[in-house]
Amino acid sequence: MTAEKILTRSFERPDSHTLDGYRASGGYQAWPKAQAMEPAAIVEEVKAANLRGLGGAGFPTGTKWSFIPKNHAGPVYLVINADEGEPGTFKDRYLLERDPHALIEGMLIAARAIRSATGFVYIRGEYVEPWRRFSAAVRDAYAAGYLGRGFDIVVHRGAGAYICGEETGLISSLEGKKGWPKLKPPFPAIKGAFGAPTIVNNVETICHVPHIINRGAAWFAGLGTKTQGGTRMYSVSGRVARPGVYEESVAITLRQLIYERAGGVTGNGRLKAVVPGGSSAAILTAAEIDVTMDVDGLRNAGTMAGSAGVIVMDETVSIPEALMVVARFYAHESCGQCTPCRESTGWIYKITHRIVEGRGRRADLDTILDVARRGAGTTICAFYDGAVGPYISYIEKFRSEFEALTEAAVAAAPRRVVVSHA
Amino acid sequence: MSGAGSISNRPPAAQAGLTDPATTNAATTNPATPTFSAEQLAEVRRLQALYPDARGALLPVLYIAQDTFGWISLEVEEYVAGLFGLSPAHVHEVVTFYTLYFRDRPGRHVISVCHNLSCHLAGAPSIIAHLKRRLGVEVGETTEDGRVTLLSVECLCACEAAPMMQVDDRYEMNLTSAKIDRLLDGLA
Ligand SMILES: Cc1cc2nc3c(=O)[nH]c(=O)nc-3n(C[C@H](O)[C@H](O)[C@H](O)COP(=O)(O)O)c2cc1C
Ligand code: SF4
Ligand code: FES
Repeated sequence: MTAEKILTRSFERPDSHTLDGYRASGGYQAWPKAQAMEPAAIVEEVKAANLRGLGGAGFPTGTKWSFIPKNHAGPVYLVINADEGEPGTFKDRYLLERDPHALIEGMLIAARAIRSATGFVYIRGEYVEPWRRFSAAVRDAYAAGYLGRGFDIVVHRGAGAYICGEETGLISSLEGKKGWPKLKPPFPAIKGAFGAPTIVNNVETICHVPHIINRGAAWFAGLGTKTQGGTRMYSVSGRVARPGVYEESVAITLRQLIYERAGGVTGNGRLKAVVPGGSSAAILTAAEIDVTMDVDGLRNAGTMAGSAGVIVMDETVSIPEALMVVARFYAHESCGQCTPCRESTGWIYKITHRIVEGRGRRADLDTILDVARRGAGTTICAFYDGAVGPYISYIEKFRSEFEALTEAAVAAAPRRVVVSHA
Repeated sequence: MSGAGSISNRPPAAQAGLTDPATTNAATTNPATPTFSAEQLAEVRRLQALYPDARGALLPVLYIAQDTFGWISLEVEEYVAGLFGLSPAHVHEVVTFYTLYFRDRPGRHVISVCHNLSCHLAGAPSIIAHLKRRLGVEVGETTEDGRVTLLSVECLCACEAAPMMQVDDRYEMNLTSAKIDRLLDGLA
């Protein structure tokens, strides 16, 4: 059974990005309802809906909102993370281009819940068309009087840096600095953008909010599992027949997603491995795909739901080569603040590169595992843990493939001549 | 959207805020003493007022600078620093942190090919090889006639249409050699 389309309900409408198109598909009906609710009641509704953050960490959204200090007198900011950069993920691009008013209406409601008068939307710099679409929607929402009456939106463009997707890196960047993540605590809800209490939420998370207000927490919670409500947008790419965005209940299994939605495996047609939640998620083997795609289901399977970017690999794909590509990414994107992250990402990329080039050494695999395990959990932000997930899982689950390369390299290496010093 | 002869791969950054942009025409040389027009200075002040701390407008203003002067030289960094009362060192730190600010003059068009995992699985290495052959440059270089700069970049988050690349401000998806040839022929 295919889930009811909620976030993607109007994607086929050519005018879905316009104010009229949004209104015609039921838009801007939740906002008047929310205006009649106390902020605390909105927070409770979102809590009861079991909405969990869809940017990567899966944190319960209502609970996060309730961390804003109760009697805070100064400004509170709502920051939308539209810096989509996790390899394998492209859902927020669709939402910004095809349903920008859903984000605006969700922001109005979220802002009321946390008593914020200003929202910032941080859009990755490469997303020029999504940024144009969203900015046009903001202008229309001002003209229609939704914005500018107690709530303003500032659209901010990033300038190319994956780490600005990490919420405190994003805040640094929004403050006009390089995107260096900050040590937590203090958490952004206590001291965030410009020193004020700040809630950072993903685009998709906030796009769910109007529907929760319209149709109620119980309805939303009922769409998912016991610990996570709703649907979410799965980005499916790699070796599948029909790559694309699929909105499904979070209770769907990875097998269903690959075979019933994305049309099955291409290449030689036989599945070898899947990354289930963006490149930072640990890899799964073909035998491990009978898992539900909710936050807890994938956590129990030893990986993570992350950004729900599913990357499929058939049997012809070289896992060492895939790891090299992923390792290059982490080496390039480390912000360089923490020694374990800065040094290990570069080093591990070099090692994977030489393995793939046929110059690997016997000790290389254990060196990678050792370096990865030592650094995990020691850094300022979760970027490095996100790199360690692939390093360890690719090697542990496909070790023989790596060993075939290193053993061949050892066998091919010219024997060293031992000169005796008589 | 950019003015004729623009060498920027960004639309006019005057749009970074919420009002309609003043059209900017990218210069073809980066002047020794960069200066904004009166309208641009007004736009800078408008952007600065959008943030609780004016410094929040630094990234958008750097986009305006890049669109105006072509790239961000040390002189431009110093000029922008002056508009914010910041040290040139701070602005330099910011400019060098991000990949979308050019610190040298780019070609009239910038091609950024995605080399991350899904594009790699879809043949990105041969796409890059084809572009290098057609343009006669290595990745990171500009053609001798100044027409195209070729870059390879991390995931542009259009993996459903792999292999893909960004040409100036457009995403070009589901690439083949034939499609690339057509695109290159269309670049002035
Ligand atoms: C390295 C790194 C990159 C991240 N990139 C993104 C991103 O591109 N988009 C996003 O929404 N969240 C990203 N996150 C998660 C954010 O830090 C944050 O948890 C999220 O924006 C909160 O929103 P949510 O609770 O609605 O998911 C990233 C986290 C890390 C550690
Ligand atoms: S873990 Fe890596 S990306 Fe995160 S702050 Fe440290 S060096 Fe930067
Ligand atoms: S891997 Fe190329 S767009 Fe994502």
